[in-house]
Amino acid sequence: MTAIAQPARPASPPQKKPRYTKLEKREIKWGLIFISPWIIGFFLFTVFPMIASFVFSVTQFDLLQPKDFHFVGLSNYIRLFNDPQVMKSLLITLRFALFSVPIAIFVPLGLALLVNAKYLFGKNVFRALFFMPQMITAVAIVVVFGGVLNSQSGWFNRILGVFGIQGPNWFQDENWVVPAMALMTIWIVGNTMLTMLAGLQNVPTELYEAGRVDGASPWRSFWNITVPMISPIIFYNLILAFIGSLQYFVGAYIIGNGRGDPNGSTMFYNMYLYKTAFTFQDMPYGATLAWVLFFIGLILMIILFKVQNRWVYYAGGDKS
Amino acid sequence: MTTTTATSPVRTRQNPNWVAKRRWRNFTAIAAITFFGAVILLAFLMPLGYLFLTSVKDLQQIQDVNAPFLPSRPVTYNYQGTDYPLMEIPSDGTIKQWALVEKYRENSKFIDPQNLGAGLIDWQGKWRTLKPVYRVELYTGNFAAANDAINIGRLLRNTFIIAALGTIGTVIASTFVAYGFTRFKIPGKNAIFIILMATIILPSQVTLIPTYVFFRAIGWGGTWWPLIVPHFFSNAYNVFLLRQYFLSIPKDLDEAAWIDGASPFRTLISVIIPQAWPALTAVAMFHFFFAWNDFFAPLVYLAGKEELYPIAVGFTQFNNAYGSQPGQLMAATLMAIAIPVIIFFLAQRQFMQGIVVTGVDK
Repeated sequence: MTAIAQPARPASPPQKKPRYTKLEKREIKWGLIFISPWIIGFFLFTVFPMIASFVFSVTQFDLLQPKDFHFVGLSNYIRLFNDPQVMKSLLITLRFALFSVPIAIFVPLGLALLVNAKYLFGKNVFRALFFMPQMITAVAIVVVFGGVLNSQSGWFNRILGVFGIQGPNWFQDENWVVPAMALMTIWIVGNTMLTMLAGLQNVPTELYEAGRVDGASPWRSFWNITVPMISPIIFYNLILAFIGSLQYFVGAYIIGNGRGDPNGSTMFYNMYLYKTAFTFQDMPYGATLAWVLFFIGLILMIILFKVQNRWVYYAGGDKS
Repeated sequence: MTTTTATSPVRTRQNPNWVAKRRWRNFTAIAAITFFGAVILLAFLMPLGYLFLTSVKDLQQIQDVNAPFLPSRPVTYNYQGTDYPLMEIPSDGTIKQWALVEKYRENSKFIDPQNLGAGLIDWQGKWRTLKPVYRVELYTGNFAAANDAINIGRLLRNTFIIAALGTIGTVIASTFVAYGFTRFKIPGKNAIFIILMATIILPSQVTLIPTYVFFRAIGWGGTWWPLIVPHFFSNAYNVFLLRQYFLSIPKDLDEAAWIDGASPFRTLISVIIPQAWPALTAVAMFHFFFAWNDFFAPLVYLAGKEELYPIAVGFTQFNNAYGSQPGQLMAATLMAIAIPVIIFFLAQRQFMQGIVVTGVDK
């Protein structure tokens, strides 16, 4: 941020060569004018709220009596560490991530390979139709899958029944409700599929030709050429998938009725945060929960970025 | 494939037999892969089929466990003023459709509609083992019932206003910001751009509560403003998409405009924007869909203000109140998703192009 502030300063000692020429200054001025909406928005809706969120977390106040505002130090954090629901919610969220992150990577990758296949007829139709559910609001997806996975009238269990498998009571069963919610995310893979498709199309064909000359099987050329070449895109989507699963909310709100049904098994972290902050209007504790979530996400990101050196390949040689 | 056709010696050596064989192999490969793709697509779109078919069934049709796949109803036959269910009765290798008049455990009395003169036919066997006759029948009442319950017209209007205003805001702001990032040398630009991109992975919860408190404090709680105004400050996804596109526009023209004395603002309007329509359309549609489908923000900011609800939140109320009416719920869902899906199919090519542009450098 200091970098932007510098040019606004008058050019120091006038006898020395000015830091920027007149033309350059004009360019900086206009550039800053054009990016100012984002900079203002960044401070207004990201920087200040983040600071305020932290301030809230060390205070105690009631929204209805905002004057009664006092610092309580770390007591909200102590409360959080002694709150058994926090650990429970984290474990539910983690369990969801274990199911949903692989879905968010492998399903779109498989679909991208399919719609990129040389021998597929009507590629654009396939692409549009696989993408289409992305246009549907997450609430509607949850509602539709709620019907499909209904243990009595839903089609999923009926299809399983054809193969002689007795499907579980997805939403009534504490053990199956989280996997069922992860299963729903299978419909929200359109964006990832298209970014992966773009990645596949950017792999230089010479690499495959060289592989073929060396007698590599399609399987080998997939693992040794395709995967390394698109690994930056996989990595990017992996990050988005983790962030998305940490923030999962809609299924918990609708399937779990916002109460964690059945029996607290869908009280996701974000659901608990929502309930604390907006149902019980306990903003300080909600902010504390939010900051802890932020830290968990940050640690996760640091781990992902550290581990990426082992498997992400940047063709340009730079690691961003 | 391109290498064999490009080099002429190889081509002259191809004999017709070999070409035919290769063409045949291509054909089988196309058929096999396309068939495989179609099976996957069918499984993938299965929930959509459920949505359509359930929305045209009434409660009885949904709960009937014996009913076939398509919305159907058991057929009855009116005999002497009373409706009797029509059953399928296997006899001599053919299936006859008789109406079940009197039910007993081990034998029952039927009437054959084709042969009324024969009177009641005594049939030996358990009638419960027989399959009823079904006829395909669509039930359209769900749509009217759903509309009565949640006022779809008002929800659509609300959603449209919120989505349209936000779209205007984000398109203008993101164009400015992307223009600033691509055409001006600003010190520390790369660092600023990395911060911009980093906001994509920031969990929104960490800013949620103070933003909420702030909007309430300035009296915007229970209004649409918190859903619209923040988009007038652009957002990282859209800026990134437009930046990628602007970078691909050659600089010659806008440099010429500069030299002619056009202000940067003028250059943006008359040089950049006319060349960037595909990306601008993609951003506009992105935001429109985002706003149409957004759930969390309206849920938080419009709590209790039912008359202001957009459709994503509005029909959830329906889910809570009418959970026992899957047909009506699915009809409401269908109405909620229809507009984005139709717009998507109309503008599908441009839209997907827009995402592929974003995907390229990331």
